[in-house]
Amino acid sequence: MAFTNEQIERYSRHIILKEVGVKGQKKLLDSSVLIIGAGGLGAPAAMYLAAAGVGTIGIADADEVDLSNLQRQIIHATKDLGKAKVISAKETMEAMNPDVKVNTYRTFVSADNITELIKDYDFIIDGTDNFPAKFLINDACVMAKKPFSHAGIIRFQGQLMTYVPGEGPCYRCIFKNPPPKDAVPTCKQAGVIGAMGGVIGSLQAMEAIKYIVGIGKLLTGSLLTYDALSMEFRKIKLPKKVKDCPVCGDEPTILKLIDYEQAECDGAL
Amino acid sequence: MNNMKVTVSGESREYENGITLLELVEAENVEMPEYVTASVNDELLGYHDFEKTVLKDGDVIEFLYFMGGGCI
Repeated sequence: MAFTNEQIERYSRHIILKEVGVKGQKKLLDSSVLIIGAGGLGAPAAMYLAAAGVGTIGIADADEVDLSNLQRQIIHATKDLGKAKVISAKETMEAMNPDVKVNTYRTFVSADNITELIKDYDFIIDGTDNFPAKFLINDACVMAKKPFSHAGIIRFQGQLMTYVPGEGPCYRCIFKNPPPKDAVPTCKQAGVIGAMGGVIGSLQAMEAIKYIVGIGKLLTGSLLTYDALSMEFRKIKLPKKVKDCPVCGDEPTILKLIDYEQAECDGAL
Repeated sequence: MNNMKVTVSGESREYENGITLLELVEAENVEMPEYVTASVNDELLGYHDFEKTVLKDGDVIEFLYFMGGGCI
């Protein structure tokens, strides 16, 4: 498929980059990314991926837009209050870029639906707000051999890492099991600075783009942490492989997806 | 008593020889250590390993924290 004149102009700042070029832009247009959670992380990630011309973007979330979301979830606007987040997100992305096909899944992920949800996508972005979902996404992606970006944000801090099958540890290599319900504070309890989602969600979009285009070095085998108050980024090196990891290790003991008890996040963070 | 130098979260620190990871965690005021994973050199350790892990001069220690919010 040849680019139209509009596409050449729209993506000109990508195409001029020697690392991207026409070939890289074509890869983006042919690619598909699933974003789980249309919230603080998913909003900026979805917008940058739509603007970049990722051809198919899936967005999964069961919630509606709430007034307390708008301090950071920039894909939604005041006019969208009460609307399903996936619809609001789809409208924003389609308004940004008609090249993008947006698939909406108005559901929370569970052991029953996640394998089917991720199967047609090249890259997955975890923008969820709770540990049961984070472990589920990790395990499902490890089992289905799908690359994904993990991220978490709270207060003035954020972290992210990228999993690519066979190229580094998974989330469960670092954190063996979800913390007990309510043991670790959520954003609703502890707060989060709105721009944190912008910083970390944009970095997730950056990892997806690099993976798709096939350039640079991904955050595989390292965890990037960001502290906004001290304005410090730290890249913490992780072991290449954790042999006794219960899901990606040499002798995995987790062979079935698990629905952990939902932490107290009640979805509306 | 000799002291040793270790690197904690990227910063050089001096501690008494032979302290355990658990003692370090306490001295560094790590929040909710029971939910923290530590990386010592290139090995990941959970809380139940902290007490039996004796640190030595030159060790590089990082703390990895659960961060759950994506803030849906």
